[in-house]
Amino acid sequence: MSLISTLARLEAVSTGRAQPAATVRHRHLGDRPLVFVPLITAGEAGAPLGALVGTDRDAPRLLAVPQPRDRDLRFAFLAELADVVLPYVDSYAEAVEAAERTETDPETGKRVKVEVDLCADAPQLIVPSRAGIDLVRLLGRSTRFRRTAEQDPEAPYPAPPRVPLLGRWLTHFGERSRVPGSSLLLAMTDVLGRHWVTGQSTLEDQHLGALLAWIDPPQGVTGAEAALRAELERDAQGQLTCPPAGPATDPAFDNKLLAPAIERYDRARTALAAAEDGLEADDRLGALSAAEREIRDLVLSRTRPTWDAVWRGLDLLRELPEGARVEERWTRDRWSFTGHRDRVLAGEPPQPRRDDAVTAANKLATREREQARLEAQEALDDPLVMAGRRLSGEAFAGEVTDVVMAYSEGKRPSPRPLVTVRTDDRPHLGERTKVYRSLGGKPQSAEFVADEEDGAYVVLRILDKMGRGKEPEPGSVPEKGDRVCFTLFEHEQRGGAKLPDPEETPWTHGGPPGELTLEAADPVTEEDVL
Amino acid sequence: MPLPRTRGTALRQRLAELRGPDVPAKALDARALAALAANPGCARRAILDGAGVNKAALASALGAPSAFGQSQFALTRGNAFEAKVKADGGAELLRLVHDKLDRSAEPPADARVPDLTAAGPRGRTARTELELREAAGHPGAWTLLDHPMLALDVAGSPAFLEPDAVVVHPDGSWTVVEIKSFPLLDGSADAAKVGAAARQAAVYVLALEEVAARLGAEGAPAPRVRHRVLLVCPRDFSNLPAASAVDIRKQRAVTARQLTRLTRIEDIADALPEGTCFSPELPSDELTAAVESVPATYAPECLSACELAFHCRARSRQEGAVTSLGRPLRAELGGLTTVEDVLAAARGEAGDPDDPAVAALRRAAALRAEALEAACR
Repeated sequence: MSLISTLARLEAVSTGRAQPAATVRHRHLGDRPLVFVPLITAGEAGAPLGALVGTDRDAPRLLAVPQPRDRDLRFAFLAELADVVLPYVDSYAEAVEAAERTETDPETGKRVKVEVDLCADAPQLIVPSRAGIDLVRLLGRSTRFRRTAEQDPEAPYPAPPRVPLLGRWLTHFGERSRVPGSSLLLAMTDVLGRHWVTGQSTLEDQHLGALLAWIDPPQGVTGAEAALRAELERDAQGQLTCPPAGPATDPAFDNKLLAPAIERYDRARTALAAAEDGLEADDRLGALSAAEREIRDLVLSRTRPTWDAVWRGLDLLRELPEGARVEERWTRDRWSFTGHRDRVLAGEPPQPRRDDAVTAANKLATREREQARLEAQEALDDPLVMAGRRLSGEAFAGEVTDVVMAYSEGKRPSPRPLVTVRTDDRPHLGERTKVYRSLGGKPQSAEFVADEEDGAYVVLRILDKMGRGKEPEPGSVPEKGDRVCFTLFEHEQRGGAKLPDPEETPWTHGGPPGELTLEAADPVTEEDVL
Repeated sequence: MPLPRTRGTALRQRLAELRGPDVPAKALDARALAALAANPGCARRAILDGAGVNKAALASALGAPSAFGQSQFALTRGNAFEAKVKADGGAELLRLVHDKLDRSAEPPADARVPDLTAAGPRGRTARTELELREAAGHPGAWTLLDHPMLALDVAGSPAFLEPDAVVVHPDGSWTVVEIKSFPLLDGSADAAKVGAAARQAAVYVLALEEVAARLGAEGAPAPRVRHRVLLVCPRDFSNLPAASAVDIRKQRAVTARQLTRLTRIEDIADALPEGTCFSPELPSDELTAAVESVPATYAPECLSACELAFHCRARSRQEGAVTSLGRPLRAELGGLTTVEDVLAAARGEAGDPDDPAVAALRRAAALRAEALEAACR
């Protein structure tokens, strides 16, 4: 964290309100994001308790599992979730635009341009917190290998038809969220934390209610007070008035409200099963649905505040103008979405439990490259981020005080003007260090020549983007009096060395992965059902 | 070096007084161990844990109750899993130990599972030690100690520890077993949770090493305490146990170092005013004064490890300490420790401009103001 954000944090403490950490929005927000507020059962891996999900802030779909340890009820939950998520995803798969992609021609081995479809927009999933992202991955992992009755009539406990497909999509969302700067799946706390600095530690910022309290405190209350209330205030029943954003629930809620309700549900179910005639069964069915309704109400009472908080967060984020290069990063998300859509359509098996060596190396390389790209683009889009880079000596801004025309030595002399910049910044410049500035969105490079008066004046030689003629094109060389900002980091990221195809994996890395096989589903154990 | 008997008794007496009359000492549980690792320099935590004060009750009495609680679902599931792992005389557990740690040994059959019940933590510790000595007399046999009790000298006073299990191998070496209910998914588990389990196991290993050294002092070769512990977790989404050997040498070294560095509890106790007592029965202002008489070093990490964190946080915020915003912040601010000092230095109202920390702050403040102004335009 840079000293600038530290300072903002301290200012937030002293003013009682969160301070801006960005002046533009650095993440894409779609017109119709799908908000997903899940809850899980404590102590059980991947046992959902319920969720609110939907694209309409006034009409979320409530899903609840009255007995989280019952496999059939769990499958029913996942099937319902699939009924919401998959149509939403499909609604983006249809509209496409033509795009070009370079591919290696399998026969000639040359790089050629191919015309392909690119989805015009992509779905976007928003969860309250980082733990929500982990749950999306976990749900993806727990469902994508399941077999439906249609796929495998022999399978014990077949999954409902669309559940494995849901798992593949959730896995894709989860995997993509690990790419820096991607926006297919976002955690609200992360995005808010990127744009505002609060007067509490980053650890405490993981609490969505407290974070929002700092950013947008109610009238007449300081952020600190509002955040404390969001964190700790309990009602007469000992329940938190601002329930945790999940997916884990508050233990007091589990013990005092949920456990008795589940017990009543279990009793009602046992009673129904023991009913001896139709009339009795009718009565007991009524009791069972009442018990189920009670659990649904409990789930709603814990998810609705979070649901509203996520939408409030979206409102706050939409007030910021979108950064200039956000669209470009979103296009990469669209490519990723299109690619997965094609893999699903082509009938490829679900993502494996473990990646093969080449895929894993590619993923890591992509994340590294995207991280560098994100850092560069955020700085270029946002003067506040650039200020941090300037403070750390990775960039400098100032006024042009002198321009001297000079030419390269060679048969055809090209312009290599010398530009003197007066700056208060202290960049880490060495001999012939390359620096870059943004010229109409494209990077123009220059090299460091000398500094004068103890670094107050920096002399640079401009190297490119001046056209082909002997005289530089108008506007391509800074003029005296211009404000300029040069960076020591590159604006565009070059890809690393190309990795071999998976079939060519060397033996040192496990050799070729072999045929893609459908991995077996997880064995089902009896303990799942009580 | 054992302390002279009188001194040890005097300290025990003193700690009992701090705890309050008729308040039983609380054993050092997993959370206290985590707190020890997260904040070894905190005198308040050290004395409270050393005296065996129930910090959760104390925090409630202070009006800043801790937010720790355990869901009964997690508890039921955790207990059910542990019972399953240890079922049938620990057959499955011993099979896992054999498979993951000691494949060259005889497969376990007819393992000895001695009864460890005894009165009070001291009694149970003695009982555990007795059974460990007994196991050394049965070479070639597997022995499973289910919930043994160990004592570890923490800053001059014994802390009682209860590992899930300790296994004695046929070659006489000992292994600590930790049973956790977070899943081992496709062979990997949550790194933070594994790390916490490893730190916890490292403390058990240190305590066992003390026992081993005592057995060694009696003439027989000291048994080896293995530095690879067995972590048992549910496999994937099932309730079936899966195990993995975890090397805890690093955690052991770190913990051992922290334990030696701890300010001796005696010294902290001596610095306290006469008559200080942390009994939750006391009126809250007296209790607050007692707690405030020991200095704390609060950092946000405390929130996940110490029951008293909310109380300390409120104090820390009141004082405007920058550490309440995170330890890394403190590092880049040099000698400036309060929020107002830093802001005054940044505004140019105070501080020595030749101090590099102050100069950097002013530069940062200027750059930030410039950027925000540019954005408004």
